[in-house]
Amino acid sequence: MVSSPQVDEFQKPPARKSLLTRLAQIPWTWRITIGYLSVMLFLPLAAMFLKASTESPANFWRIATSPIALSAYDVTFTTALAAALFNGVFGTLIAWVLVRYDFPLKRLFDASVDLPFALPTSVAGLTLATIYSNNGWIGSLVAPFGIKIAFTRLGVFVAMTFISLPFVVRTVQPVLIEMDKDIEEAAWSLGASEFQTFRRVVLPPLFPSILTGVALGFSRAVGEYGSTVIIASNTPFKDLIAPVLIFQRLEQYDYSGATVIGVVLLLISLVMLLGINLLQAWGKRYG
Amino acid sequence: MADLGPSFNASVPKTGATASTKPRSWVPAILIAIAVLYLSLVLYIPAANVFVQAFSKGVGPFFKTLTRPDFLFAARLTLLMAVIAVPLNVVFGLCAAWAIARRRFPGRAFVLSIIDLPFSISPVVAGLMIVLLYGRRGWFGGILEAGNINIVFAIPGMVLATVFVSMPFVAREVIPVLEEVGADQEEAAKTLGANEWQTFWRVTLPSIRWGLLYGVILTNARAMGEFGAVSVVSGNIAGKTQSLPLFVEETYKQYETEAAYSAAVLLAFLAVVTLVLKEILERKTRIKDSK
Repeated sequence: MVSSPQVDEFQKPPARKSLLTRLAQIPWTWRITIGYLSVMLFLPLAAMFLKASTESPANFWRIATSPIALSAYDVTFTTALAAALFNGVFGTLIAWVLVRYDFPLKRLFDASVDLPFALPTSVAGLTLATIYSNNGWIGSLVAPFGIKIAFTRLGVFVAMTFISLPFVVRTVQPVLIEMDKDIEEAAWSLGASEFQTFRRVVLPPLFPSILTGVALGFSRAVGEYGSTVIIASNTPFKDLIAPVLIFQRLEQYDYSGATVIGVVLLLISLVMLLGINLLQAWGKRYG
Repeated sequence: MADLGPSFNASVPKTGATASTKPRSWVPAILIAIAVLYLSLVLYIPAANVFVQAFSKGVGPFFKTLTRPDFLFAARLTLLMAVIAVPLNVVFGLCAAWAIARRRFPGRAFVLSIIDLPFSISPVVAGLMIVLLYGRRGWFGGILEAGNINIVFAIPGMVLATVFVSMPFVAREVIPVLEEVGADQEEAAKTLGANEWQTFWRVTLPSIRWGLLYGVILTNARAMGEFGAVSVVSGNIAGKTQSLPLFVEETYKQYETEAAYSAAVLLAFLAVVTLVLKEILERKTRIKDSK
């Protein structure tokens, strides 16, 4: 029994040996990469999807579309979209200013754009909650008008704006640097106004990168937990976001509830990732 | 008549032409003002607030926090997580970068997206996955319980969560550098009789060192600062599973604002150091590019 495969292998070397040698020929760098990814990434992913698959489809659907979950998606996605679009406008403006104009301390301003990447999210949440609260530096300015920022959806918006700020700036900047000024000058010389030049000549080639930045920022804002959980009051149907809902479900040992909403969030992230890759491919073709 | 001016300018050589893009000096000034105002509202005022709050009553409260045992524990735990997560992700990142950058194969873009995947996954979902895998009712729950090993609500789980969220940085920064450097020198070293290790240490590593360091800095910042994923798996037990970012939230929730800001200012300082190193490294690589 034991010897037969060996004999087999001996008699028919081409098919078997090629498979074996091919396996043996996988470079060790690949083995480490695949092994590490399997343990650290694929295994946890599999655990979550398998846990979700133990729910019956009806049950899955019931949890995924429960009123509290629906309201959490609504708060998460509309607020994240608003923050990402807001940064789409201001991020483009910042990138434009940093690339095209010279002003004092420009390098410092440029470097500081990455601050949200470097600052731990709980620190961001802490300081934003302080500043935008009713007696904080900025919150007290708008409080007389009856506007509450911290501990409302507006606070979630502020936190999401903070953490998604660098994306648009950093995707638009390189495209702007590469862009030829000659075309703008040509538009100028043909009598286009400043606004026309911007809208018809500058904006179209920038558009894919702006969209990519908005999508990246949106994707980051949707998943954000640290800063948003601190600045929000986390009240259901008011400013409770999906990641916080997952956390609360886990705290109540409701693993099914947490898993189902986690899978929904993950699937949306994957779709976003696919969309971002397509956007980037589009941008490359455009450029 | 209006179009006469610009067209006239455009025909003059470069130096004159750049002047035509700034016909009205108030447009740049207004745009710069808007950009600075926006950055102030979103970034600078909040960042300044951390330092102001931490030291508003002098350095006394800051040093008082520094001597708290739960703070000291949190600081040590934060360092520990970085000390474990950074080397692991460096080894992985280098292997993955080497494997991907030195070969053209079908599905390469797909593999790159897989490596980037942890960035697209919400930290809370990352933590949840670790709980489902290693938690009491998770896949390995039985085995771990039999062996009396705690991963979830203990330090190993926090380390796993940290490794997860900071996984892609090194590979991501090293791949483009490896591609740009090319394999010529490595092949030359091999022809001259160097073995794989010698080639790596003497040829590859020196040429990718700045990119690698850049990746290490980003990995370290994320590892020390991660909150969401770590929070899910930690159980947040002071003096047992509380890292600095968790300490910030917990003390804030307990209305110990001074303690929260004292820890926050340390983490903010770490962020500033990260940005400064990042800027220096970016300049270094830029200078190399222009040569």
